Amino acid sequence: MRISDLKISKISRYYMVLLILGLMVFSISFAQETNIVAPANVRVFDTPNDGGKSLSVDWDLIPADTALNPNFIRYEIYRSGNPSGPFSNVGFILKGSNQYQDQTVLNHKKYYYYVQAAFKDTTAQSAVIGPGISIPQWFNIARINVLLATIILSVLVVWYIERAKKGEKLFIRRIAGIDAIDDAVGRATEMGRPILFSFGLGVITDVVTIAALSILGKIAKKSAEYQTKLLVPNNDPIVMAAAQETVKQSYIEAGRPDMYNENNIPFLTSDQFGYAAGVDGIMLRERPGAVFWQGYFYAESLIMAETGHSIGAIQIAGTTAVTQLPFFIAACDYTLIGEEMYAASCYLNPDPQMLGSLKGEDASKAIIVGIFTIIVIIATAGFLLVKPMPIINKIFETLVSWFTAK
Amino acid sequence: MILHILGTWIAAGLTIAIFSFLYKDNPFYKFAEHLYVGVSAGFGVIYVWAFDLKPMLVDRFISEHGVERWILLVPAILGILMLTRWTEKYAYISRLPIAFTVGIGAGLGITGSVQGFLLPQMQATLLPLTTINNVILVIGVVTTILYFYFSHEFKGASNIILRVAIVFIMVSFGASFGYTVMARISLLIGRMFFLLSDWLHII
Repeated sequence: MRISDLKISKISRYYMVLLILGLMVFSISFAQETNIVAPANVRVFDTPNDGGKSLSVDWDLIPADTALNPNFIRYEIYRSGNPSGPFSNVGFILKGSNQYQDQTVLNHKKYYYYVQAAFKDTTAQSAVIGPGISIPQWFNIARINVLLATIILSVLVVWYIERAKKGEKLFIRRIAGIDAIDDAVGRATEMGRPILFSFGLGVITDVVTIAALSILGKIAKKSAEYQTKLLVPNNDPIVMAAAQETVKQSYIEAGRPDMYNENNIPFLTSDQFGYAAGVDGIMLRERPGAVFWQGYFYAESLIMAETGHSIGAIQIAGTTAVTQLPFFIAACDYTLIGEEMYAASCYLNPDPQMLGSLKGEDASKAIIVGIFTIIVIIATAGFLLVKPMPIINKIFETLVSWFTAK
Repeated sequence: MILHILGTWIAAGLTIAIFSFLYKDNPFYKFAEHLYVGVSAGFGVIYVWAFDLKPMLVDRFISEHGVERWILLVPAILGILMLTRWTEKYAYISRLPIAFTVGIGAGLGITGSVQGFLLPQMQATLLPLTTINNVILVIGVVTTILYFYFSHEFKGASNIILRVAIVFIMVSFGASFGYTVMARISLLIGRMFFLLSDWLHII
């Protein structure tokens, strides 16, 4: 006789299924409740590769630490400067994790810990472990790949700078936007209108702002030669100071220090849209014939570039802000895309440092393309020959892991 | 309550004054613009004092001890040196803090870029050429890098690399453009909602 042959009503069958499920849940939860054990293998150690003031504690997850077990809640970490206590709670970690970083310790001082598993109704405490001593590290070995890449880049740059210093002719291809700079200054002069230059919201520590300063120097020199007024409204006071120095130097080099007027390079405001409103107002009242947007820009880029377009100015933009480049491309006459700006500043001011830096970067790019080619070939071969030659895949995985930035 | 209504009317009036720029430059826009620039500059001064100078320099100088206290004199002196710009004779001294800041920025920028951009992007591009996606990705990255290679004049056949690269770059910009326009539309909706709801109570 089979169970299906028994004459049991449908409702009775549902009751039976529910009863069986209930028994299963009860037996699981009973088993879990009886699994109240303290965390084992607790370790305390100095957090590696850090600047100190941090100790790490880890342990083995307890058997009751499962997603389905509502009885177990979290791990609580207790600390003391003495193995016999008193201990105080320094933090907790939710279940599923087995490591805690205590960043409230002092360097070179001994600390003792225990980890407490907190259940709904009870707790289970591990043995006291320690001492752990926090020591700052001078060197982060996890970032050795960053060091190596930086050294390679630096050596290439220095090598090319030295070559440029010796007078070697280093070739840089011409970029379309560079010719437009001279044309724009000339156009503003012919129209009897001023030139406006903006760094956007970049600060002096942005490399793009430093490149823009170089471009400003060239434009300032041209404007001094043509005796055209140059306006540089600023968003950052330090950038303003650097811009004033750059323009002053260019005017001296052009033999027109008398033309320099500090009031033409003012600080407007540090507020993003306040700055945009101020620059728009200057453009509407001064009506510059040429506008240069060189630096780092955010959402204000289109507001300002559209105003420049509406007053009929020739506009040349250059930025590394990827999200703003499309707006400049749409609204400006010429746009220096990303690194073209660095190339432009180098082309306009070809001193050995600038030239060497650009050539060094180019050499780095050539190396990167070479690395891509080799590793992609290995990866493809590894994929195609995964069964006969699994070692190729291993080599690929090892190579890729080297590029992990920590 | 009255203050709230007054605030709403001032905000609505200033919003309309700024929007009036869409027609042409006018005295209302000029007023709103100067007010905005002035208020934000004043706010900036308070912000620098309340969130930079006081907590990071003054308060820490009082609370810290030993080296961590006296090291704060370095940024303080560099900051004071910036004030020499007010004097014509000693203005050149202000170049020291500027040079210091530029140097720090450039130095940190190199390691930051290598760690934050270069290595992760390289890792993400090292893929086997076994799917169409991977092929497009690798070709796009390699040609785009070569587009920014300035030591070689791309002529004739090699010019194809630049043409392919500019297609990838423009597709990327197009996507970014559309995405950002949508974000701007949401900002416009926010202001229109303020005018129609908070001010006029139409919706």
